[in-house]
Amino acid sequence: MSSNGDAVFSCRGLRVSVGDKEIVKGVDLEVRAGEKHALMGPNGSGKSTLASALMGHPGYRVEGEIYLGGERVDHLPPHERARCGMFLGFQYPVAVPGVSVANFLRAAVSARRGVDVPVREFRQQMQAAFAELQVPKDFVSRYLNDGFSGGEKKRLEILQMLMLAPTFALLDETDSGLDIDALKVVAEGVNRAAGPASGVLMVTHYQRILNYMKPDRVHVFMDGRIVRAGGPELAHELEARGYDWIAREVGLEPATAAAEGSRS
Amino acid sequence: MNVDTQHGLAGINQDYAERYGFHDPEDYFLKAPKGISHELVEMISRKKDEPQWMSDLRHQALDIFRAKPMPTWGDTAMLGEIDFENIHYYIKPKGEQTSDWNEVPEQIKKTFDRLGIPEAERKFLAGVTAQYESEVVYHSIRADLEKLGVIFMDMDSGLREHPEIVRKHFGTVIPTRDNKFSALNTAAWSGGSFIYVPKGVKVDVPLQAYFRINAENMGQFERTLIIADEGSSVHYIEGCTAPTYSSDSLHSAVVELIAMKGARIRYTTIQNWSTNVFNLVTKRAHAHEDAVVEWVDGNLGSKLTMKYPAIVLKGERAHGEVLSIAFAGHGQHQDAGAKMIHAAPNTTSRIVSKSISKDDGRSSYRGMVKIAKGAHGCRTSVECDALLIGERARSDTYPTMDIAESDVSVEHEARVSKVGEEQLFYLQCRGLDPDKARLMIVNGFIEPFVKELPMEYAVELNRLIELEMEGSVG
Repeated sequence: MSSNGDAVFSCRGLRVSVGDKEIVKGVDLEVRAGEKHALMGPNGSGKSTLASALMGHPGYRVEGEIYLGGERVDHLPPHERARCGMFLGFQYPVAVPGVSVANFLRAAVSARRGVDVPVREFRQQMQAAFAELQVPKDFVSRYLNDGFSGGEKKRLEILQMLMLAPTFALLDETDSGLDIDALKVVAEGVNRAAGPASGVLMVTHYQRILNYMKPDRVHVFMDGRIVRAGGPELAHELEARGYDWIAREVGLEPATAAAEGSRS
Repeated sequence: MNVDTQHGLAGINQDYAERYGFHDPEDYFLKAPKGISHELVEMISRKKDEPQWMSDLRHQALDIFRAKPMPTWGDTAMLGEIDFENIHYYIKPKGEQTSDWNEVPEQIKKTFDRLGIPEAERKFLAGVTAQYESEVVYHSIRADLEKLGVIFMDMDSGLREHPEIVRKHFGTVIPTRDNKFSALNTAAWSGGSFIYVPKGVKVDVPLQAYFRINAENMGQFERTLIIADEGSSVHYIEGCTAPTYSSDSLHSAVVELIAMKGARIRYTTIQNWSTNVFNLVTKRAHAHEDAVVEWVDGNLGSKLTMKYPAIVLKGERAHGEVLSIAFAGHGQHQDAGAKMIHAAPNTTSRIVSKSISKDDGRSSYRGMVKIAKGAHGCRTSVECDALLIGERARSDTYPTMDIAESDVSVEHEARVSKVGEEQLFYLQCRGLDPDKARLMIVNGFIEPFVKELPMEYAVELNRLIELEMEGSVG
């Protein structure tokens, strides 16, 4: 753990609305190089909205400031944020029928680097990433996320993350719906994504993955706000006691938290 | 929210004018005045020195054309815009037909050079014909195929050199009175391809015909007849382009295919007419016992296309496929589809139709599957996918099923999807700009079609699609 690197990501006073409804109600966050953060909260708390909005989803109205490295990026469209080194791992990766994984990856890696990657070099890089994550070779010729199982999709998200080498990776429930082997693969990928010049924010409502990825910071997110922050011990406390007690402590209705508890 | 209203897409076929839309100065041997009459039909027939039966057939056909009403389906409003009196029905370019590119008149040679025809022939074709206006100006076939008895020539030469085969089959698949436009074609036909593949001969690489309209208000009426004898196989490819004019031209072909017992015919079309061309084509095949016929039909250009490649499965276990894509951009209507007639037991068929509509473009799937009484044990599947780009794009599906037997399997599936915001967002999150992302989605959509094309055509088609999709002006 090295938490004295420069900030790879930060946001200040972030508010996100859909129509008239405010979902994210003022969030400040900073992730430094080498750090892994976890943002935990019950379903319906606005976690996914926060993640999509940080990436620039066009369906939201966003106020506040977002920085990647030292650069302010909140005015940039998603593809430019991606090129600046931001990565969003999707909770529900979208299928694009007819587009092979290989073609897609090559286009993405080329876009990230700003130049067309030579075929041979790309192939080597892809094969290495496939081997590392134990992704079956036949993935390359399959159509992007089309007919993939939940676990396959998540593996592919992690594979994309490693190949694109983001400076800040934002993972939206990439751990949900995985068996233990897939979970380990995801956690390993996350661990690798937090390097000397890069950091990770894992958005999740399960503590499970945190056993494998060991976050430096844990943020508890409820009703559109970060209501508590702490070290890894906070995640264990959440696992042991659920979300309700924090909800009560900060004066929120524990209803959403209770509904969540019954699902895990 | 619709993403495309934020990033306006530019017009369809952006470099069409430069690549295909140019025209040569008119320098013809003969250009018939506008309009069609018995005098004109007689003149065409005499110029071609045709046998009496063909001449008679033309005259009869003209009467049928005049008596037949316009189709009452398709885009009747657009059809109503056709002014039959404002069309040149026959134009003969200068020079005689040749099998030596160097002998093709300079201007025409330049045109076909620019369209890449001789290059394609050298690279990957077994034979080529190139039609300019009403006549085929160049034709060649690989010597070894000719030795095996394969006939590949323009239809006029076919009638002259193989009158007995032509007379036996001409109009047997598509009779004159089939529809108004088949009648018009029969009256005014000129050019097109005549192919005969002898028993057991497999033509391993494609034969190609390229159709070029040059003059304004031109009417092109090529006539094609392909006969694959028992156990033979052939792949025929046609491409077509025209200059862009402000007034309309008419292309109305009739294509008849006959696949004898155990034969296989694949007929591939990449239609990229300029957007002032009415493309009203009748295509039908007879598939005999154990024969396979496939129409691979790509419609990118034209103002209005009405085309429904048909297969009559006449012999037991015959198989028919229609795989089509249509791309309708601004001002275009692609009314395309397929017809499958299961007239024999244990016949099978598959229709896959994909359409993309963009701007105010409109595409319609119009299809018919018929399983006749006594055609037991047939299987058929129809799959229609439409992709809409932008709020004004339109797609309609008009399927008809007429099933007279119960021990058959019939599947039908129709889907309309939009280039979804979530797909775009996902690809954008991986660094692709909206134009690239949209193109990737469209290319993925047509992938099942593209992979059926010879590589050179696949590359060209992808390039065309790219041009049609590019140019976000923001």
